[in-house]
Amino acid sequence: MRFYEYESKALFARHGLPLGEHRVATSADEARAAATAIGGPVVMKSQVLSGGRMKAGAVKFADTADEAASLFQPIMDAVVSGQTGRSVLVESKSPVAQEYFLSVTWDGRRKQPVLLFSDMGGIDIEEVAETHPEHLSRTHFSTLLPITPRIAKEAVGAVGVTGGALNRITPIATELMRLFLEYDLTLAEINPLARLEDGRFVVLDGHVDMEAEARGRHKKLLAELGVQEEETRQARPPTDFEIRGRQVNEADHRGVAGNVVEFDGDLGLVIGAGGGSLTLFDAVRKHGGKPANYCEIGGNPSVGKACELTKLILGKPGVEKIAVMMNVVSNTRVDIVARGVIKGCIESGKDPKDVIAIFRIPGAWEDEGFKILAKHGVDYCDRSVSMYEAAGRAVAKMG
Amino acid sequence: MAGMFIDVRVDASIAKDAEIAKKLEEVCPVDIFEATDGGVALVEKNLDECTLCDLCLEAAPKGKIEVVKLYER
Amino acid sequence: MSILITKETNFIVQGITGREAVNLTRENLDYGATIVGGVTPGRAGRDVYGVPVYDCVRDVVAQHGPVEGSIVSVPPGFTKDAVFEALENGIRIIVVVTENIPRKDVAQMVELARMRDARIIGPNCLGIISPDEAKMGGVGGPAANTRQAYTKGPVGIMSRSGGMTTEIASTLTAAGLGQSTCVSIGGDAIVGTTYAELMPLFEADAETKAIAIYSEPGGRMEAELADWIREHDSRLPVVAFMAGRFMDEMRGMRFGHAGTIVEGKEDTAAEKIERLRSAGIDVAERIEEIPDLVRKRMAERS
Repeated sequence: MRFYEYESKALFARHGLPLGEHRVATSADEARAAATAIGGPVVMKSQVLSGGRMKAGAVKFADTADEAASLFQPIMDAVVSGQTGRSVLVESKSPVAQEYFLSVTWDGRRKQPVLLFSDMGGIDIEEVAETHPEHLSRTHFSTLLPITPRIAKEAVGAVGVTGGALNRITPIATELMRLFLEYDLTLAEINPLARLEDGRFVVLDGHVDMEAEARGRHKKLLAELGVQEEETRQARPPTDFEIRGRQVNEADHRGVAGNVVEFDGDLGLVIGAGGGSLTLFDAVRKHGGKPANYCEIGGNPSVGKACELTKLILGKPGVEKIAVMMNVVSNTRVDIVARGVIKGCIESGKDPKDVIAIFRIPGAWEDEGFKILAKHGVDYCDRSVSMYEAAGRAVAKMG
Repeated sequence: MAGMFIDVRVDASIAKDAEIAKKLEEVCPVDIFEATDGGVALVEKNLDECTLCDLCLEAAPKGKIEVVKLYER
Repeated sequence: MSILITKETNFIVQGITGREAVNLTRENLDYGATIVGGVTPGRAGRDVYGVPVYDCVRDVVAQHGPVEGSIVSVPPGFTKDAVFEALENGIRIIVVVTENIPRKDVAQMVELARMRDARIIGPNCLGIISPDEAKMGGVGGPAANTRQAYTKGPVGIMSRSGGMTTEIASTLTAAGLGQSTCVSIGGDAIVGTTYAELMPLFEADAETKAIAIYSEPGGRMEAELADWIREHDSRLPVVAFMAGRFMDEMRGMRFGHAGTIVEGKEDTAAEKIERLRSAGIDVAERIEEIPDLVRKRMAERS
């Protein structure tokens, strides 16, 4: 879950990282007031959940308060990777002598966090890695042992930084590592950290991602930062259909019928489980099918839950049929899903045999499930029909 | 009223037995039975959730409870 | 032979009185497992299908002697401590079933496991099965369903999806190809044991003649496997299936398991397929192609 820059900076401030004077503006008047309060030239940055702001015209500079006010709207309107600003961060602008890059993230191969440090900040770090590898250090650290400054010192020193800069950057990097673990982050990045011409070190921009799984542990922090519970902070905000999908899943603790994602096709998908859904979605598309949604069922959901999910998908405008498919199931029961899906069709006022294009869920309790499907005339198949073939059969029935 | 897939029939001879009612309420994992002042009551909305675990059949005297799979009729 | 577990492996179930744990206890017992005890704090003295329940792992060990393995099925907030408890009581193979555990906790478990020379499978996995030998975890479900899908034979399976482990095994079984050991390694961004870390075990297992893997976008595990294959000149042909190709067009969205979120160029499906192929790994377009590819590659090597 990505944080806005102003939220990242609020988090940095709690750990005493050095920040320039800044304020958040949500109107031209607020931008003017912010610039006046800060005094002197300011940088104004659109608050979006994406990089590439400078290129998109979402970052601008103002020398006067009036200029800041007039730049507010153009910055808000600038489109960055499909998003426009939630607000504008107004921050003091000072001459920079040198820029550094600091980042903490997970290394899935080493299964440890890694501190990345470079004295070539401000530019694309992958480019630095390629063209100037000696200017980028990678330092893994323990999640069990205490985080002490020597780790950061080694990381900073590894690219040849010494003298006052080494001693100024070390505590900043140390705190970044600490807050990375304390708040269950998946990314804590400062780019750039600037040494100003007057010798001060200031965090100019930051990017923080918190692990979705850990949100529950940090409710207090999130509330203080103003992050709403329904904000998923994915690449795009959830649609109404997706929000209702989440409600279906949360209304009943038995099993999973969730992770609903909206697409614009005509074939509704009642599919599972984690890996099976990915496999089946690919298969439907390979056959030229147009999915109306993605979803995952698993963990043996109740009849009621499968029924509600079916109703949600059948009720989506443009959905003509649904395909009910899973990999060979172990703990999810074929008969329970069959009951839920058929019930969902009937409660939607549809005949199951007309709207269920295919039912392919082999595995636990399949004999019982197949009896139910046969009784309602639904087209079903066992494991001798592959997931790919089943998807093809469903797509072939679409107009 | 029965469910869409499952019906449960409780023999009249045990329907008013408070002790059996309580036992049935305890054993059913999907809350199909409710122990009321008048004995056993069925919770209709839960009938279709029946997992065919047979725990109710074991909790009552033999043959006094019948779980009917309506899709076999 | 098998890897990781044998008929003789004894284990415990931590969180044994929970809904899912009760199920998998019965399923494992029915498949012939030796479960010496279960642990749920505050429930000492009970039993689950005849398996005695204790408050602490220490008490199981005191009562029954050394324990080799543990299945951990406790809520996410308690998992780290449960795994630590297993490790500090001498348990050396731990299957973590629990989903939605924050990465920091997983990294801490893995780090302690390394210090204790132990192995974690998972989290967010269904465990391990060596058909007709032993099973540890929910993989395959009830014993009867497990026997239908899994048969003994030459193919090792490693899968980031528990359900797809069974789909692949079932497809191989239908084609007359049995399995040596199948490992549901877990769907999270950090897992206790990766493909590459299991390869040496399969390599050393005379019964295993080929490997099938199920893989997804996200993470660097496939790159690690490709490197391992190249560096070790493996005797085992590997056939892979890559799901979630559609996700390449939808960066930053999360589908499937927690580990699938695509964070960089290297972990898209297309990039992974490229890497696997460059290491000589066959990438099947469909699950049903796996048996033929496995047969063909085994024939080439023999």
